[in-house]
Amino acid sequence: MADEKTAIIGARPISRGKASGEALVSRAPIGFLGGVDPKTGTVMEKGHPLEGKNISGRVLVFPNGKGSTVGSYVMLQLAKNKKAPAAVINIGAEPIIAVGAIISRIPMVDNPEKDVFSMLRDGDLVEVDGSAGKIRILSQGTERKK
Amino acid sequence: MASVKLTIEEQRMFDGEAGEAARESMEILVALGRIYGAQRMVPVTSVQVSGVSYKTIGEAGLGYLKGLAQKGAKARVPAFLNPAGMDIAQWKEMRVPEDFARKQIEVLDAYASMGISKTCTCAPYFIGIRPKRGEHIAWAESSAVAFANSVLGARTNREGGPSALAAAICGVTPYYGLHIEKNRVASLVVDVKCGLRTIADFGALGSLVGKLAKNRNPAFHGIKKAGEPGLKVLGASMAATGSVPVFFVEGITPEYAIADKPEIIAITDKDLEAERKAIDSGLKPSLVTIGCPHASLEEIKEVAGLVAKRKPTCEFWVCTSRKLKEDADRLGYSGAISAAGGRVVADTCMVVCPLEEMGYVVTGTNSGKAAAYLPNLCKQKVAFGDLEDILYR
Repeated sequence: MADEKTAIIGARPISRGKASGEALVSRAPIGFLGGVDPKTGTVMEKGHPLEGKNISGRVLVFPNGKGSTVGSYVMLQLAKNKKAPAAVINIGAEPIIAVGAIISRIPMVDNPEKDVFSMLRDGDLVEVDGSAGKIRILSQGTERKK
Repeated sequence: MASVKLTIEEQRMFDGEAGEAARESMEILVALGRIYGAQRMVPVTSVQVSGVSYKTIGEAGLGYLKGLAQKGAKARVPAFLNPAGMDIAQWKEMRVPEDFARKQIEVLDAYASMGISKTCTCAPYFIGIRPKRGEHIAWAESSAVAFANSVLGARTNREGGPSALAAAICGVTPYYGLHIEKNRVASLVVDVKCGLRTIADFGALGSLVGKLAKNRNPAFHGIKKAGEPGLKVLGASMAATGSVPVFFVEGITPEYAIADKPEIIAITDKDLEAERKAIDSGLKPSLVTIGCPHASLEEIKEVAGLVAKRKPTCEFWVCTSRKLKEDADRLGYSGAISAAGGRVVADTCMVVCPLEEMGYVVTGTNSGKAAAYLPNLCKQKVAFGDLEDILYR
């Protein structure tokens, strides 16, 4: 659980800028082309752990991208439609998501120093600083208090 | 903060002092450098940009290109395009849907406004773009990457559309992977015990070795003779079935470096025959496409000679670059091909054009690359074989 000491996690800067939002965590990779609806931001991939959930305005936490390289452009379409995630945290970034975040002005870091999958839950308020390479857990979400 | 060390000029671009397009492009290059552990950038002498067919990049890609063009993006080094989704001059006769054609032209115009040449070929080395051994380049089309690295000895990683475009705009690429000499080694040695008589033989060999290579670079021992068309198809087929970015052929390619304790496999005539059968549906094609990757002038001449003697029993295309089509027109090869019911097609190929929307179901090819991509990308059944077989089945 996040205490004062673990509230700031170092990471590698990938796409500059700072943004915050509620975390949305997926342990499965995400493919944007065909996997996310660019008009609504809803995950469409059948059987994906996030299927039916909306990524707009969330701090999207997932291991890495997958699928078509056109996924970078789908991220840009999401941004133009104001449905993009607020920020991205990857475990090991690959070019599809890195390029997509940069051209869409979505702050992004990867390679976090701590296990974000065990520290972050859906709904936690998180800030990502893609210029400095920092993740800050601002507050825990209501979901984990249940 | 950058672990990738930048020169003063590169830092200026990163900081936005050379405009928004260069800033965004340098941010992409730095991010990729970090991901792949590059310590610096390296200047490139040419860039091949992929992501040209509207069929592959769609509305999302077109939107990106238009935006970049509006920001005043300009290529700093010679840059040229991969094939588009249609022949720019003949799309109407070829039954390409009109709304597709309109979008395709918008894509090409966006690239042209950035100073990128509309050569639209996957075989730039057949139209005089031949980087020398050791020259650093950033090429994106997988078969051109294999040819440049292997046959020419130039140095490039397999770039993606946006990373190649960023390299064109900044004139540099992250220094990692195949730019570095020690990474240019093979850990799979293929002992070629089979005969390689035709292009289809090289295609089948590539198709098979690509699947066996996984993430390893292959080196071929025992190939006595191989011309550029054969090496082109060998590399293209391995790149398609196995993402192979570089290969060596003993006594033929400029480099031949083997890692310690490589795995050694032998390919016999029986193996080659089995692969040819595995990728051939046995059906009679409604369309035969030749030139994957794009045909050289000699290959076009060969087809013209063959079909002049005996008219094929199906429709057929010879895919090539605009420049070589013009040469073929002038030399009478195109005339001989159209007299036999065929067509010399420029700017595009069977894989990136909307074949499935043009009414074709079974497509013939002698390339292991086309055989790998046609079923998924164009919903085609494949007739694989030598030209004398597939043209007259």
